[in-house]
Amino acid sequence: MKATNIKNPEYFHKVVDCQYACPAHTPVPEYIRLIAAQRYSDAYMINWYSNVFPGVLGRTCDRPCEPACRRVRVEEQPVAICRLKRVAADNKDDIRDRLPTVPRKKNGKRIALIGAGPASLTVARDLAPLGYSIDVFDNQFAGGGMMRSQIPSFRLPISVLDEEVNYILDMDINATFDVQVDSLKDVLEKDYDAVFVGTGAPRGKGLNLPGLEDARDHVHLGIDWLASVAFEHTDKIGKRVLVLGGGNTAMDCCRTSMRLGGKDVRVVVRSPFEDMKASPWEKEDAMAEGIPFYNNHVPKEFVVEGGKLKGMTFEKVEAHYDADGKRSLIPTGEDLVFMEADDVLMAIGQENAFPWIERDLGIEFDKWDMPVVDKTTFQSTNPKVFFGGDAAFGPENVITAVAHGHQAAISIDLLCQGKAVSKRPPPMTNLASQKMGVHEWSYDNAVAPDQRYAVPHAPLDKLLKDRRLEVELGFDPSTGYKEAERCLNCDVQTVFEEVRCIECDACVDICPTDCITFTANGPEEELRTRLSAPAKELSQDLYVSEALPTTRVMVKDENVCLHCGLCAERCPTGAWDMQKFLYNVSGTLA
Amino acid sequence: MSYQIPKFRHPDLPVNDLGYTKAAYEGSISTLCAGCGHDSISGAIVRACHELSLEPHKIAKLSGIGCSSKTPTYFLGKSHGFNSVHGRMPSVVTGAAMANRDLLYLGVSGDGDTASIGMGQFAHVVRRNLNMVYIVMNNGCYGLTKGQDSATADEGSASKKGDANPFSAIDLCATALQMGATFVARSFSGDKEQLVPLIKAAMSHRGFALIDVISPCVTFNNTAASTKSYEFVRDHAEATGTVDFVPMRQEITTSSRPGAAHEVTMHDGSVLRLYEDADTLNPFDRRSAMMALMDHQHEGTILTGLIYLDKNSRDLHDVLQTSHRPLNQLEESELCPGNKMLLNINASLR
Repeated sequence: MKATNIKNPEYFHKVVDCQYACPAHTPVPEYIRLIAAQRYSDAYMINWYSNVFPGVLGRTCDRPCEPACRRVRVEEQPVAICRLKRVAADNKDDIRDRLPTVPRKKNGKRIALIGAGPASLTVARDLAPLGYSIDVFDNQFAGGGMMRSQIPSFRLPISVLDEEVNYILDMDINATFDVQVDSLKDVLEKDYDAVFVGTGAPRGKGLNLPGLEDARDHVHLGIDWLASVAFEHTDKIGKRVLVLGGGNTAMDCCRTSMRLGGKDVRVVVRSPFEDMKASPWEKEDAMAEGIPFYNNHVPKEFVVEGGKLKGMTFEKVEAHYDADGKRSLIPTGEDLVFMEADDVLMAIGQENAFPWIERDLGIEFDKWDMPVVDKTTFQSTNPKVFFGGDAAFGPENVITAVAHGHQAAISIDLLCQGKAVSKRPPPMTNLASQKMGVHEWSYDNAVAPDQRYAVPHAPLDKLLKDRRLEVELGFDPSTGYKEAERCLNCDVQTVFEEVRCIECDACVDICPTDCITFTANGPEEELRTRLSAPAKELSQDLYVSEALPTTRVMVKDENVCLHCGLCAERCPTGAWDMQKFLYNVSGTLA
Repeated sequence: MSYQIPKFRHPDLPVNDLGYTKAAYEGSISTLCAGCGHDSISGAIVRACHELSLEPHKIAKLSGIGCSSKTPTYFLGKSHGFNSVHGRMPSVVTGAAMANRDLLYLGVSGDGDTASIGMGQFAHVVRRNLNMVYIVMNNGCYGLTKGQDSATADEGSASKKGDANPFSAIDLCATALQMGATFVARSFSGDKEQLVPLIKAAMSHRGFALIDVISPCVTFNNTAASTKSYEFVRDHAEATGTVDFVPMRQEITTSSRPGAAHEVTMHDGSVLRLYEDADTLNPFDRRSAMMALMDHQHEGTILTGLIYLDKNSRDLHDVLQTSHRPLNQLEESELCPGNKMLLNINASLR
């Protein structure tokens, strides 16, 4: 293998599994250490710069970071990264004086943002401090987009959302609410320097089954129904509720139903339990509220008697998987199952729709009638029009929308400066030794087994009486500290300097997880088989040195390195050093 | 400074016949200097015991005094241990071995503990052919007292202080051969590929097995003018034929390298394979072994590998015809056979 080029920022970035997995690449271990040090405001600000909505995301993030967490590979459960973010948000001081200032004198460039969801608000936040004049248009009465309309208050209190939305709107943003933009042409004619479309995926999918026409009054689209609850147009539901679908919207629908008078609330899903799209913790929380899941049931018909919805019938199926893992649902041949229902909520997916975008504006649409958007610049084929969030590539999540917003803001800034949007600024990185003394490190390098701590919940009887009462109470500071200490500090890198190595094997002998081997070089596939411990996890890189005096090379399998620093402590010559690698995705704000 | 090794281990660590991973043979975190050769030897002992599927409670590790003699704390944490008086480890092992022949005795000593204060004990344990493994962690200096030259420091070699050693060195392998040792090997802490099979072979040998392991002292004796530095040993080591060790339970498969010059069946049924390079050494001939040692010394090189093996070794138990059962398994009636038996013995001596 060729020697690893550690000067390439992506090499060490990939070692920080959580940060690498995060769409916005938030420097997770850095803020977790600050939480352990009770520097909550500092931890919050790192998050705020990176992901804009720490309080919101600390409660609702899809957490792609957690399955990636190294702790999963050496213990079992990942560090509760998401809930630690909330610890920072809950315990911070007033941080308004730390927010970037917005110049009174504008730079003369005008930007329009359609939609006031997480993607648009990120663009606004990234551009306002640079002096851009920003107009936001949204059809809801306040900012936040789906965070306001679709995430129930028992998961995300309005006060938390308002606080973080207002940090942005207070940046001299000209926001117009309760307005439906129904022509992009009209917007473009107002001579904006750039237009950003962040209108989300607002159209819920429905099932057109027999009986729907007669049952229509009691059959609702999940996201629309959640919005009407959030906006207080709806405050009750029938006693018997069927929720169709197995995603997070279905989980929010069933739990909200329980709070609005539902007594017999059931989730009915086509797929097996394991295949349900909802996040595992969302499923757990729904089940903890006593909501049963009926898996492998395919809806067939709305049963209506005397013009009134009586219930639904379902066909039982079994999932079969072919050699490629492709699933087919094969009916078991049993009788149809009938379930009584007063109301049915359909939460089987959503899509974006652009009836308001004229097709002669230079914006190319593909065969699925979706705009063609560049995956890096988020520019459409009309150079002035950008897309981000769910509007760009279909439904994702808040953190992805934020990541899109950052990149779109960079593009818009480049465009307005007359530069090529394809020339992306490099990430900002810093690599610094953590050595404090002979064998002292500036980070807590001791690693101990410690299972993940559970976030306490409010009592269920109270929760079901008040749809606004937040379910999760959050970690108290002492539990937060313990959970923070589970972090393995993967950003403190093991950096190897060949010229200092005397090949004494001390690092090989001490490494608790057998990551290090000194051996003859070879092709990667073969090298992986003859290391101190087999390196079977192909997604994890091998760190290979230049040839040493004995012609061997140092090979380190990054997979289960604990970043405990023992290799560096036992190295007599300082060939190993523990160096903190900070990686910040470039943004318009320094 | 870390005072504990994290408990997490690699999830894919191989398990041995007993179902143990290497972790079952590890000890506490080392407090020796970073980079000490002794830690590598500890690592090699851990590997050898794991690969031999030894039961940790069937091993006794004993040592004297010195950096080397601290190391038993850093391996085999679940085995018996005895940290004895300076240079007196051989007599403690002798007592233990006589009382209980069922344990595997691993003596760990240093060049000071063996070649200076313990020289007398060393000589006698060798000539009695006590059934034990005797590992010398040989760094040519007194590391625990700031690196004075030891009795194994080569003449002319200079440690960190800079003065060349004016005295001639004791070659422990040659001494052991002279005293009648039945297994003699030399190795280097920085070469586990050689050291691990040698330790495994020594553990399967019935009788006294010496491994003199050159183990650089990074703090005091890893200098350019030292003959026991990492660099010097790497440049000057000349290995005898390589050694493959096949434990008894492991079927001999063709995956092993073909062309073994010798296959020796050890006392416990395991097989030692020697691959000879173009070397004049015959490891089954004591005179050839001594000649080879002297030749290499003359050329200024270090002969490593298996130097001598007596295939017909008879250990102290064989010679003394001791009890086959450990003393702690004998009944009182066997240990004190009574007045009648005493009268018989007395009568036989009249």
